[in-house]
Amino acid sequence: MPRPLTLLPAVLSALAANWFAGFIPQIAAGQALTWSRPWIPGAGIEFAFLLDGLSLLFALMVTGIGAIIFLYSAVYFKGHPKLTMLLILLSLFAISMLGLVLADDAITLFVFWEGTTITSFLLVGFDHEKEKARDNALQALIVTGLGGLALLAGLILLGAEMGTFRLSEMNAQGELIKASALYLPILILVFLGAFTKSAQFPFHFWLPGAMAAPTPVSAYLHSATMVKAGIYLLARLTPALGGTEVWFWTLTIVGAVTMVWTSILALKQTDLKLMLAYTTVMALGALTMFLGGGTRYAAMSVAVFLVVHALYKAALFLTVGLIDKGTGSREVNQLGGLARAMPVTMVIAMLAALSMAGFPPFIGFIGKELIYEASLGVVTEPLFVATAALLANANMVAAAGLVAVAPFFGKQCQTPKPPADPTPWLWIGPGLLAVLGLTFGVMPSLIDSSIVTPVVQSIIPGEEPVELKIWHGVNLPLMLSLLTFGLGFALFYGRGQIRSSLQSDNFTGGLDANGTYFLWLKAFKSFAAWTARTVQGGQMTVYLRTAFVVLGLLIWGAHLASRDVFEAPTEFPDLIPLTISALIAVSAAVVLRTASRLYGLTALGVVGAGVAILFVFYSAIDVAITQLLVEMLVVLILAVALVKLPKMPREVNFRAGDAVIASALGLGVAFVLASVTSKPFDPRITEFFNAASYPEAFGRNVVNVILVDFRALDTLGEVAVVLIAAISAVAALTAGKRALATKRGGNK
Amino acid sequence: MNSTILKTATRVLLPIFLIASVLILLRGHNQPGGGFIGGLMAVIGVALYAIASSVDEARKRLIVDPLVLAGIGLACSVLGGLWGAANGGAFLEGVWPFYEYVPGEGAKGWPIGSVLLFDAGVYLTVLGAVCAILFALEEAVYTDKEGRS
Repeated sequence: MPRPLTLLPAVLSALAANWFAGFIPQIAAGQALTWSRPWIPGAGIEFAFLLDGLSLLFALMVTGIGAIIFLYSAVYFKGHPKLTMLLILLSLFAISMLGLVLADDAITLFVFWEGTTITSFLLVGFDHEKEKARDNALQALIVTGLGGLALLAGLILLGAEMGTFRLSEMNAQGELIKASALYLPILILVFLGAFTKSAQFPFHFWLPGAMAAPTPVSAYLHSATMVKAGIYLLARLTPALGGTEVWFWTLTIVGAVTMVWTSILALKQTDLKLMLAYTTVMALGALTMFLGGGTRYAAMSVAVFLVVHALYKAALFLTVGLIDKGTGSREVNQLGGLARAMPVTMVIAMLAALSMAGFPPFIGFIGKELIYEASLGVVTEPLFVATAALLANANMVAAAGLVAVAPFFGKQCQTPKPPADPTPWLWIGPGLLAVLGLTFGVMPSLIDSSIVTPVVQSIIPGEEPVELKIWHGVNLPLMLSLLTFGLGFALFYGRGQIRSSLQSDNFTGGLDANGTYFLWLKAFKSFAAWTARTVQGGQMTVYLRTAFVVLGLLIWGAHLASRDVFEAPTEFPDLIPLTISALIAVSAAVVLRTASRLYGLTALGVVGAGVAILFVFYSAIDVAITQLLVEMLVVLILAVALVKLPKMPREVNFRAGDAVIASALGLGVAFVLASVTSKPFDPRITEFFNAASYPEAFGRNVVNVILVDFRALDTLGEVAVVLIAAISAVAALTAGKRALATKRGGNK
Repeated sequence: MNSTILKTATRVLLPIFLIASVLILLRGHNQPGGGFIGGLMAVIGVALYAIASSVDEARKRLIVDPLVLAGIGLACSVLGGLWGAANGGAFLEGVWPFYEYVPGEGAKGWPIGSVLLFDAGVYLTVLGAVCAILFALEEAVYTDKEGRS
């Protein structure tokens, strides 16, 4: 019995699933529910949500399978020190995923999309002491994160082109976008987002890597829900973007390549979990391919296969978790003859695997019949699609055998732990899923009009209701099914040989997406290091020189470009400011020529004080006070730093280059000032503040009223910058100290 | 630094700087002053104290870590802004619960409200942030001189 509090997420998720299930009759009747709240009205962005057939199916999967996963995790990780953290992250993920599938606003959808990316990153890297987990988490983040950026660009283009961010409104006027010149760029960007998220070729490699996550996490994120977000997005936008040649062919080819290639890679694996990961990518490929099918049957096969896959794959992942827990191993070669010791686990595994392999009377059989039916009618190339489906499905039969038959029969192997069935708390969840797979297969009327029809109608608006049957008579799809089983059995019996030939190095011919990713990452890192080395030299003089040169160029550029002619000031300045200016000039000269830091500091102080007095003279008293106080602080800080600075050289070298930069910048500023002051003064702003300051903000000091009231947001930003600068400075100053302390400690 | 003159002078100067800094903060709305200038003034007082006695001593007298102080300051400023939003206005809109403008007579009541909270936040942020940098700098300098602090 797990601690009651750890069951809270499971209970909440189950309640949510029950709540969503309450909407089934309404949605099945063809209604759609919407809810929205203004978010950024100026840009037409809302928090908008929509519940229709497609989002309802996904919401049910997220909450229903979620409840099972939460229960399983609470028991699986009972007593684990990070169980609370795991449950919190999983809950955050579930909320993001729910928001993603319910969103009707493109930007709302994107925010939740990124929420799933980030929680996935944290969950894959859950065992962050392991380097592999960290690397794989980063890989998942980089691949899906880059795809997310592309998606954002695509959604913004789409929103700008359509004049609305509401997905339902976009779907209602699909012809408009398909006629637009931006259609192709939008499509490419959206495809990039969907393909990276749903691990389509050539981005398929991150998903098996994500198996570094704990098993329940993989079952939930990387099989049942998150990786289907890309599929969801494509299905959601089918009415808006679908129906063109480029849509059909891209989805068909990418989906088919992904499906066939990863179903072959699945047979190569020895780790049961990795094998399931590759079959998941295969399923995602199939879904992508049929979204490019463009027919009623294709939409039906997508809808049914979503249900089929969610039920059997989550169940199988959790079963692998049971095997791992019961025996201490997930390696095919270490497992065998477990039927006697783990009967319950075996039954669940068999039920799920039979659905996966597509045997009647499981829902998987209906799914596979539909896949063949759809393959033969696709708008692209039926022969190509049907062949790809046949190959992948045969591999699937073999993989199902490897997961559910091989570990339980045959010779009993020595496992790290004596095998035994785990507690019912653990197997009840996967058991339920596996039984549902059988129930829906025997009674497809449970889901055809209530779940499948609304999904089909979301993908193809206005499509006729669907009726699912387990027996279609003797037809071509049935023949293809029989052929699949035959091929699958052959592959299963030859599994040993196939695996060893697949594992030999020359099989992929040097083509390795994962390796390419790491090469790219390495190159990117060394480029970043090179940039940092080159630009961030770490020498103050270099930084100052760069900053002043840029500033000087900008000022002179603006100055010369404007061709501004200004008159020399007509009246001669007063004696006092003139004297102070002379003092400032002399002090500046002393700073330049002195060989003593103390003299230099004092002379610099005179420059600052002189400027402050000039401010007073022109009645900018607040600025003058600030200037004086800053001067004092500079003296205090330098007084501390002086202790550590190296000795000054006796002779001060004249640096011609720096002299040019300094004079150019100084003259530029002087010219600009002269040019500005020679223009007539526009008093409107001053008049406004003088008039409004007291009645509206109760202050007579206009400078301060501007700072804390009229332009308080600027001040807030500046104050935040002050704090950030202080944190960075303290970090930089203490980091060296700490390193020194550890070094000394180590020497002792 | 071991200077009896500085130590004795600081004993008198520190309270003067601190009281003056608060006065500058408070008068800022109508006369030269305000949170930023007040904060700088307070920093100079604290910095003098840190040089005359020691950074450790100054840290002790400050009670909270200077970066935490700066964080509290930023939080005050944000709260001052949220107050305006919560009061039905915009973020950072001034709220004066005890103050009223009577045409012809000027403002009546106590000038306390969200704007003062905001400016006090600026004061604390400047004080905390600059003290944090200064203390860290002094400690970095003295640690290198093997021991003495």
